[in-house]
Amino acid sequence: MTAVLYVFVYAALVVFVVASAVRAVLYARMPMHLRWELYPVPHEPHERLKHGGSYLEVPDWWTEPRHVNRVAEVGWMAREILLLKGLWDANRRLWFRSFPFHFGLYLLFGSAGLLVLAGIRTLGAPDAPATPIGQVLHAAYLVTGAAGLALGIAGAASLLHRRLTDATLRNYTTPADLFNLLFFIASFGLLGAGFLARPAGSPGPLALVVGLLTFDTQLPVPSLLAAGVIVASLLVGYIPLTHMSHYVAKYFTYHYVRWDDAPAHGNRALAARVAEYLAYRPTWSAPHVTADGRRTWGEVATTNPAQGTQK
Amino acid sequence: MKEPIRLADVSRRDRRPLTHVENRDLMRLPPPLDDPAADRAWAQLSAQVTAKYECGLDDTCAVSVPQPGSREAEDALVAKFLAGLEKLFTKENNWTFLQPLVLTMEHCAKCQTCSDACHIFEASGGDELYRPTFRSEILRRLYFKHVKHGGLVSAWQHGDIEVNWPLVARLIELSYRCNLCRRCAQTCPIGADNGLVAHELRKLFSQEMGIAAKELHETGSMLQLKAGSSTGMTSLVVKDNLEFIDEDMSEKTGLKVETPWDVEGADILLIHNAGEILAWPENPGAFAVILNAAGISWTMSSDLAAYDSINYGLWYDDAQFARVALLHAQAAKKLKVKKILMGECGHAHKALTVVADRLLTGDLDVPRESSMTLLRDLVVGGRLNLDPARNDFPVTLHDPCNMVRLMGVVEPQREVLRRICPQFREMEPHGVDNYCCGGGSGFAIMSGHNFPDWRFHVAGRKKLSQILGAFSDCLDPATPKYLCAPCSNCKGQFRDMLAYYDLWERHRILYGGLVELIVNAMVDVKPGFIDWEWR
Repeated sequence: MTAVLYVFVYAALVVFVVASAVRAVLYARMPMHLRWELYPVPHEPHERLKHGGSYLEVPDWWTEPRHVNRVAEVGWMAREILLLKGLWDANRRLWFRSFPFHFGLYLLFGSAGLLVLAGIRTLGAPDAPATPIGQVLHAAYLVTGAAGLALGIAGAASLLHRRLTDATLRNYTTPADLFNLLFFIASFGLLGAGFLARPAGSPGPLALVVGLLTFDTQLPVPSLLAAGVIVASLLVGYIPLTHMSHYVAKYFTYHYVRWDDAPAHGNRALAARVAEYLAYRPTWSAPHVTADGRRTWGEVATTNPAQGTQK
Repeated sequence: MKEPIRLADVSRRDRRPLTHVENRDLMRLPPPLDDPAADRAWAQLSAQVTAKYECGLDDTCAVSVPQPGSREAEDALVAKFLAGLEKLFTKENNWTFLQPLVLTMEHCAKCQTCSDACHIFEASGGDELYRPTFRSEILRRLYFKHVKHGGLVSAWQHGDIEVNWPLVARLIELSYRCNLCRRCAQTCPIGADNGLVAHELRKLFSQEMGIAAKELHETGSMLQLKAGSSTGMTSLVVKDNLEFIDEDMSEKTGLKVETPWDVEGADILLIHNAGEILAWPENPGAFAVILNAAGISWTMSSDLAAYDSINYGLWYDDAQFARVALLHAQAAKKLKVKKILMGECGHAHKALTVVADRLLTGDLDVPRESSMTLLRDLVVGGRLNLDPARNDFPVTLHDPCNMVRLMGVVEPQREVLRRICPQFREMEPHGVDNYCCGGGSGFAIMSGHNFPDWRFHVAGRKKLSQILGAFSDCLDPATPKYLCAPCSNCKGQFRDMLAYYDLWERHRILYGGLVELIVNAMVDVKPGFIDWEWR
């Protein structure tokens, strides 16, 4: 039984990492699109960022060195990822439901990291948990874990409540949307209940992590806790297969679309990529496009359908 | 109480419109237009129109798609639509926007944050049909079903929808109920882009099915590629018109005004929206006055399409877009100019400076610049002798979406106005958070059937509210007011919308460009360049 539990955990982690990576690679390998940025773009210097301006406000901008403020960009990203700043600005009511949910996930992620750290320390020195650092780690993963579960459940329940009661969402809610939120609530609920209801003397989170790291199949994991870990593992493997993988997508929608203002001027690498795309052979059927599957995109673009001539 | 609209309703076989908007449903306007009962009545579509065209969406008809006439013809069109849908998601056919489109299809959280940002949805009184996600959700379901070939699990996960001709016909119209201002995209927590969805749908219909708004395609980009301008002006005609404008401006300003043509080696190639030349000649005239007074080396080009900056392909067709952008760049290369300067036209700014950027590599890599930047330098740099007292009347600024949110040219035009207009006041919100004029994405030139009623009542309503708000302290007709809109399409919308609500006659709200205000303040120019006459 314990071995099965471990297989679920490791398999979930593998699926999560591989599926997320595959998705990222698929997006990254798509052709560079035409520029489609949206302002404000946070890597602009402060004097322009404050009003949402771009380098296109600078006279003869192509003669000036381009300043890209990566620090400001990272700061913007941190506020967006950790605090959901965009949602705070644009939809405050939803933020109060969504932020607890997402922050709960971050806390759980942090708690898992701390547990793995504590587990590795324990493997190196069995008395490590009793040391002051071990005690701090113990308190930290317990607090972050408990807070993460509580916020995650509250946030997911709140989002589910909105999905079920807000009539404007009816058109846009599929059975999977409800299932997903229930899945979170069930996973976190089982994990929390399994931890709280475990019999005295049975393994706690640290022992479970040490067991996982050493594949100790003799560890007597209580049934309810085991069920929580298995359901949570299924959730971890499920997320990257759904639209909830926006932790991957968001990197691309921001860095590759919204903030991708890199000018083509003098950029030979970019020109080479475009040259490759211009050799594609489109098959659009409308006569004015003049694409027949044999002519290249470049040939199509240099054809004037109104004059019946190819330039 | 309105009947709720479900997504499945778009596949409804009857041709009854899915929604009907009454004036009382609309967002309330500020005084003096705050009485819904006194609002203008909508013209109804005639029986002939509804019998001939697909008008099953709402109260209007923008594209005028003929009814197919038989089930076989409908099926053939649906097959074509599905073929186009597949192509939209291949790199060979759509490398230009594939990545942002796929990201939008696969990651919308359906939280509806975007809805609050959409001026059309808000102005309609929250009509479900105009929610930014309504059309996106239809496309998303079609994508998972017909492009990703999803089965039952996919339907459970992403939802299902029946594809048939009524759906396609309604989707064609629905793709023309968005101004493509992308204010919704700006607020999306994920970065999904519902404006892009409308754009890509229009492309599918044009590039695969040959269906587009007539004003954008037939009398728009095709006419530009044929005659040189969507106005129909050939190079001979445009030169003749500019010569007349030069004479008129010389007389009006007391300065010798001359527009240089095809000057090889000039520093700047200036490209106007040719609509200015016909509708607002004082705008290209004012540009000539300013550039000549500042001693700028500049020229215009009489090459095909090079004297008209419009590029309607931006709104509906990548092939047409690329063709016009290439012609613009080729003209600049031929004249060996140092840069192209974009006149007062928002979509032309974005088309040639930003969106075409990656198409104009190698020989065609000619720098492009906004006229706002140069004008700011001339005004703030003291190269023109200006007297702000000549502009001592209330002025507000409309931000063209293409120039601000989609290009980041925000401050130069403000620096000019702060310098030369003592009573300049902002609309709220403004800059990159602005609202579209309601004429964006081609609507300003689309006037078929009763489409203007929808354009003014719904698409332009939020902007109208902002204009009235900006001038709320001086609505008295004794005080002339100036709505500065440095964009030809926006001006077209304002001309029609202000006239529709009679705001010139009743409140003396005039619209115009930025250069007119600059020339009006030039000490060397005879006073009174701005006529304060409706046009």
